[in-house]
Amino acid sequence: MIIPERILNKASETAGAWRKVRRLASSLSLLLVTTPLLGGCQFAVMDPKGPIGAQEKSIILLSTGLMLIVVVPVIALTLAFAWRYRASNSKATFAPDWSHSNRIEAVVWLVPCLIVAILGSVTWVSSHTLDPYRPIAAAAKPIDVDVVSLDWKWLFIYPDLKIASVNELAFPVGTPVRFRMTSSSVMDAFFIPRLGSQIYTMPGMETKLSLLADNPGTYEGISANYSGDGFSDMKFAARAMSAADFAKWVETVRRSPRELTMAAYRQLAKPSEDVPVGYYGDIASNLYHDVLNKCADGSSCTDDNVRLALAKESFGAVGLCKTSESRILR
Amino acid sequence: MGDMLGKLTLDAVPMHQPIIMGAVAFMILCGLGVAALITHLGFWRTLWSDWITSVDHKKIGIMYIMLAMVMLLRGFSDAIMMRMQQALASTGGPGYLPPEHFDQVFTAHGVIMIFFMAMPFIVGLMNIVMPLQIGARDVAFPYLNNLSFWLTAAGALLVNISLGIGEFAKTGWLAYPPLSEIAYSPGVGVDYYIWALQIAGVGTLLSGVNMITTILKMRAPGMTLMRMPIFSWTALCANMLIVAAFPILTATLAMLSLDRYLGMHFFTNDAGGNPMMYVNLIWAWGHPEVYILILPCFGVFSEVISTFSSKQLFGYTSMVYATVCITVLSFLVWLHHFFTMGTGADVNAFFGITTMIIAIPTGAKIFNWLFTMYRGRVRFTTPVLWTIGFMITFVIGGMTGVLMAVPPADFVLHNSLFLIAHFHNVIIGGVVFGCMAGVNYWFPKAFGFTLDERLGKISFWCWLVGFYLAFMPLYALGLMGMTRRLDHVNNPVWHVYLVVAMVGAVIIMCGIAAQIAQITVSIWNRAALRDLTGDPWNGRTLEWAVASPPPAYNFARTPIVTTRDAYWEMKRRGLAHNPLPAYRPIHMPRNTATGVIVSAFAAALGFGLIWHIWWLSIASFVAAIGIAITHSFNEDRDYYVTPDEIAENEGKYHLASQV
Ligand code: HEM
Ligand SMILES: [Cu+2]
Ligand SMILES: [Cu+2]
Repeated sequence: MIIPERILNKASETAGAWRKVRRLASSLSLLLVTTPLLGGCQFAVMDPKGPIGAQEKSIILLSTGLMLIVVVPVIALTLAFAWRYRASNSKATFAPDWSHSNRIEAVVWLVPCLIVAILGSVTWVSSHTLDPYRPIAAAAKPIDVDVVSLDWKWLFIYPDLKIASVNELAFPVGTPVRFRMTSSSVMDAFFIPRLGSQIYTMPGMETKLSLLADNPGTYEGISANYSGDGFSDMKFAARAMSAADFAKWVETVRRSPRELTMAAYRQLAKPSEDVPVGYYGDIASNLYHDVLNKCADGSSCTDDNVRLALAKESFGAVGLCKTSESRILR
Repeated sequence: MGDMLGKLTLDAVPMHQPIIMGAVAFMILCGLGVAALITHLGFWRTLWSDWITSVDHKKIGIMYIMLAMVMLLRGFSDAIMMRMQQALASTGGPGYLPPEHFDQVFTAHGVIMIFFMAMPFIVGLMNIVMPLQIGARDVAFPYLNNLSFWLTAAGALLVNISLGIGEFAKTGWLAYPPLSEIAYSPGVGVDYYIWALQIAGVGTLLSGVNMITTILKMRAPGMTLMRMPIFSWTALCANMLIVAAFPILTATLAMLSLDRYLGMHFFTNDAGGNPMMYVNLIWAWGHPEVYILILPCFGVFSEVISTFSSKQLFGYTSMVYATVCITVLSFLVWLHHFFTMGTGADVNAFFGITTMIIAIPTGAKIFNWLFTMYRGRVRFTTPVLWTIGFMITFVIGGMTGVLMAVPPADFVLHNSLFLIAHFHNVIIGGVVFGCMAGVNYWFPKAFGFTLDERLGKISFWCWLVGFYLAFMPLYALGLMGMTRRLDHVNNPVWHVYLVVAMVGAVIIMCGIAAQIAQITVSIWNRAALRDLTGDPWNGRTLEWAVASPPPAYNFARTPIVTTRDAYWEMKRRGLAHNPLPAYRPIHMPRNTATGVIVSAFAAALGFGLIWHIWWLSIASFVAAIGIAITHSFNEDRDYYVTPDEIAENEGKYHLASQV
């Protein structure tokens, strides 16, 4: 067979253009696939450095896998049916009045039911095992850190060590860290993607979280809840280190001449953006309590008010003395 | 003078912000251009007496959709600004939008897209189609319908005024306190937010009452609920949700405004206020809201797939039950929006599981559409492309949604770009695609000519490809730990993904341009695209049993329904297009200017409240109420269409549809 040259030329031309498009597309997709590899594993949530994150990752994979059992066939069938029953295909059966089948109905209700039953069980169990408030079982004795989200930086208070740091959180690897958290002004969320579970921080309220890092390293910590102008830079370094390094770190912080008195705290709490790491060698011992109970500004503390009101109630005090305080308690 | 204008001064106009002033200038120019065009065409009188004051559900529906399309342009401009900012500001630079501007942009985008794009679109489609489908002459309360539309428009107006006078909220689209409280948002932005939503919300609620009454009371004889077309079923359920959920929004925003205006403490940090209460309440409205948007779209897809497969809808009964299931369940899942607020494991697990349960009826629906195509004759028209695009896209979005319903998965995905990708996946793949399918499907009914198919298909492919390019990278970014609402980041890897997302948004822009071109070209070529039969697609339901556009009274004689797919049955039995020997006069409501005037005062009331111009607020409030009351004394509000007129209309139509 002889193909006219004109057509050949044209074909090779289009083939050339097509090749160019293909090359562009493949280099683009290569870029998308390999960039994560170049930058280390960028998929923080899929590359966890602690047991909480690891379990959450496996739950994500498991749930996705379970759902793909339905999703893939649906997509395939959609394309297949649309093609097979296209109007121009007169060979396909045409049953314009066929609109019911108990067997099909049973399958389309039962299969999703089954999958949801399995997923539901996974949900029930994992919600409990991964409850952020649940202590992590580990050989090492947990350490406590009190977290305060400020506009727009993070304050980490080590109540037992009587030190504090801003925008840097250090802790020993293999040791559960028990966080108690609150906020000084608006809602934020404490989140270290490589370690798992985020939780909101809220003014006047306390939330709790336990995390553990298996590998030493510096992980990015963020606020995961928008809190105003300086939100984008509200980041901290979460540094998991060996016990020896941690001891050294504590020493460094201790040597810092700065002291986090109530006055210093009030200064710190004022809105500021992109704040550098800071250390406090000593802290006011009631700091976290006062922030949580909204008396860091010198007013009366919520918990005291509650106690006062309860005491008055149990002594049957009525009238004058009751009004002002109990109103604050709602 | 200073006092007269409350907080309003010339400083409220952001003169020093070239981007904003440019946008304002552009909007003013567009407005002037439209005004000039109307003047040129001598269209003002018709505009006033046939459209603005119209109580005809079809015209009101068209106005709703026009509002929605304009707001789509505004909301999309915000979206492309955000995509540009994040693409430019992801390698360390600040980009071109400072945080206080960027924060307004994402808030405005969310608010406009949900309240002033998606909602009016859906309500518009229901308005045009539902009364026709159930064989009614109009909605139950035609004047109220007009008022509802104008109240929605008044809310949209306030949001857009905020661009040029003052500022919009910088709080995110749900305005969580304490951030939205006066202590942290002292400007007028949140007040614009509150009053725009309150005014539009009243309109939505009234429209909900109106539609429910219409569906329950005005169906043609013989149209039992189980013979009602699926779109009308979904409209019924969506409006039930509106009536049940919108009062929660109204009350919540009212409490927030009491905090802001009168120093109360519902949601403040101090004096016993509880911001968590707001979060609960707003989502008790917010989750049903997403079903208000998606259910009618499910209805559109059902109609489209059945018509263009030339086949009855598969599993009608289970479709209805699935819809009702979803309606009820949608009130039992709101907590999945804040699993990370420290709620206990039992509560989290409960709400996670209820959320998954919704996936069961939703899944059943998808299968029913599938089996509607099965053994059908599928015509690949534009509405069908949108529908197939939806089926594929929506299951992916549904999957990621159910994934986030597993609390421990949500602990790492919450508020990330994964979430942003998820909800755009369902809202674009579901709601936007549904609206587009609906427009392409029912446009010939509303206007009497079809839309250009070629441009429609180009638009579809741009949206589809653009959507995947714009949002799949966000799933990846979420898994990399990128959270939402960031005005800048510094990460060369994320940068690549953000640039791809930007390219996707540009392709969506081409899709929108193709849509505009589609409508323009079709109007231009309307003579060639004319449909005289009233039934261009070989339809199955009653809206196709009348002329296109339908006469004001819809049906010359109320149809009598004996089966589902009533019109299909009429055609099959040769009962369609039989002119009657004689017609009876038809009782019709007169147009009224009350709705638009009351709404204008409502907008003034909102503006006064936002700027603390108390005299204006009081005067507008009194005027609005006074006019509404006066209207109720107006006895001259109806007229009769004479049999001769009807005979002439119907004669033309039947003649045309027989050829
Ligand atoms: C047409 C293409 C669209 C694009 C390119 C787009 C893009 C975006 C972007 C970039 C964001 C901000 C993400 C972030 O916080 O980092 C966003 C947020 C949002 N979008 Fe869209 N969007 C589109 C359509 C829609 C539609 C159709 C709706 C609803 C009907 C919608 C509703 C929202 C909402 C509610 C938010 C959240 C706003 C907030 O954070 O308060 N978007 N969108
Ligand atoms: Cu709380
Ligand atoms: Cu929800």
